Amino acid sequence: MLSAKEPQLGWPRWRRSWWFHAVYYAQTWRGSVVSTVLFPIFYLAALGVGVGHLVAAHSGLVDGQTYLHFIAPSLLATTTMQLGEGESLWPVLASVKWIRSYHAAVATPLEPEDILSGKLSWVATRAFATGVIYTAVIGCFGALQSWWSLTLPVIGTLVALAFAAPMTAYAATVESDASFTAIYRFAIVPMFLFSATFYPVSAYPGYLRPVVQLVPLYHGVALARTAAYGHGSISSIIGHVAVLGAMSTLGVLWGRRSLRRRLIG
Amino acid sequence: MSGERILEAHQLVKRFGDFTAVDGVSFAIDRGESFGFLGPNGAGKTSTMRMISAVSQPTSGDLTIFGLDPRTNGPLIRGRLGVVPQEDTLELELSVRLNLEMFGRYFDLPRATLRARAAELLEFAQLTDRANDRVDDLSGGLKRRLTIARALINRPEILILDEPTTGLDPQARHLLWERLYRLKREGVTLIITTHYMDEAEQLCDRLVVMDHGTIVAEGAPRDLIVHHSTREVVELRFSTDAHDGLAERLEAFARRVEVLPDRVLLYVDDGDETLRDVHAAGISPASALVRRSSLEDVFLRLTGRTLVD
Repeated sequence: MLSAKEPQLGWPRWRRSWWFHAVYYAQTWRGSVVSTVLFPIFYLAALGVGVGHLVAAHSGLVDGQTYLHFIAPSLLATTTMQLGEGESLWPVLASVKWIRSYHAAVATPLEPEDILSGKLSWVATRAFATGVIYTAVIGCFGALQSWWSLTLPVIGTLVALAFAAPMTAYAATVESDASFTAIYRFAIVPMFLFSATFYPVSAYPGYLRPVVQLVPLYHGVALARTAAYGHGSISSIIGHVAVLGAMSTLGVLWGRRSLRRRLIG
Repeated sequence: MSGERILEAHQLVKRFGDFTAVDGVSFAIDRGESFGFLGPNGAGKTSTMRMISAVSQPTSGDLTIFGLDPRTNGPLIRGRLGVVPQEDTLELELSVRLNLEMFGRYFDLPRATLRARAAELLEFAQLTDRANDRVDDLSGGLKRRLTIARALINRPEILILDEPTTGLDPQARHLLWERLYRLKREGVTLIITTHYMDEAEQLCDRLVVMDHGTIVAEGAPRDLIVHHSTREVVELRFSTDAHDGLAERLEAFARRVEVLPDRVLLYVDDGDETLRDVHAAGISPASALVRRSSLEDVFLRLTGRTLVD
């Protein structure tokens, strides 16, 4: 039997899938800009400036920072988490079940792995771009205190992937979106509120602190704070990156299986 | 027809857990041919299509497409195929033109080529004046034409169509058939599944009849009819439900009698003559119809069931 190689003149296959997402976004971006750019700025203004005023009047600094400087990095982490989630649950189920875009794509030279790589690289692109804009905005609020803050877009990207990869994998296994609302209500929203986002871990009673450290978003929040302030222990940085990296990696491995099963089984 | 084998399948099997969707089918298709899979829903047509589209892998058996093995050369093979799935998979939020161009990008076609081909295919699908409309606003027939146009963006050598006209009104159907003839004239190999016998008779040079995951007959539509049925069929409807007793009496008039829930079919050479004999024998059906045999009769003969329930 003959064997032949696909001529590789132009783009690798995953990048064609990335391009699809980019063009799609270019056509439909208006709605999402509000949630990924304006909402965090609203939070920053309402909480950082408004609540920050009360905090300053009562207790002064939080962890040695003004309240606005304290919450600015954590809002980057919560925003990119929601971006990762928003790109993954409903859009992925639509692509495998309702609109069936991924089924159309596997009838072309693309393999399920290319579709996953294209998807996640697009999420990374959006998260990085959001991170750049957001870092510039909090810079204007004076919340950047170290050159390490320049890594904030990368941290945002890592957080987005840590959520997007497993959620893409999961969404490719379900038949209805019934569970998505539960995920949003009982995982995304509580994480947003309780990952030491709006107050330090020390505000929790001692027995709850280890529990907070089990929450995935906490590691993104802590990492973003470390970068913005420019100080933190190497071991805790490694720990945070490891948790987020592991979520991304396991998500990719699971996603390769679940998309393969869903699309070409 | 050049006679070059473009696709060859030997003892293909597809299992999903305990369920065997395709149970050892073999067939070969030549370049330029239009080849059909006729059978009722659940016969294994779509599973077969997914295998010959180099999308899903056979559980066992041998398959070669363009002389290549889809297990090892999936992307290369798919780059030379066009696939029209049973359900449209268009991007509803995007424009007609963008649907074509974005899909072409999956085949790594350069932008200038994409633009030229999109214009050409819009013309082919008679969608030029709708090029900038959102796909969501198109009718079912127009969406179907766009799906076919999209499948042609890479100039495929084989176009695979799964139930291409299901759900379309007769006018949209005929227009679509006409486009498919045109492609065939241009040398594109067509592979079509359908559960409409008229579609199979119209479009296919050769077809296989599938039932329960196996091939029960193969040949040109006319040959199948000649081989498995008689020249004409007399369809009789009775006002009573007592078909069973009638069947025995009617057997004397026909080569074969089929009793369906709503009618009795007499397989004969000369329908009008048979009908006269039936009346002369004092049997008076509520209505009677003489027609030529069709693939429907072939299917009934081979499986004991009708195609469309």
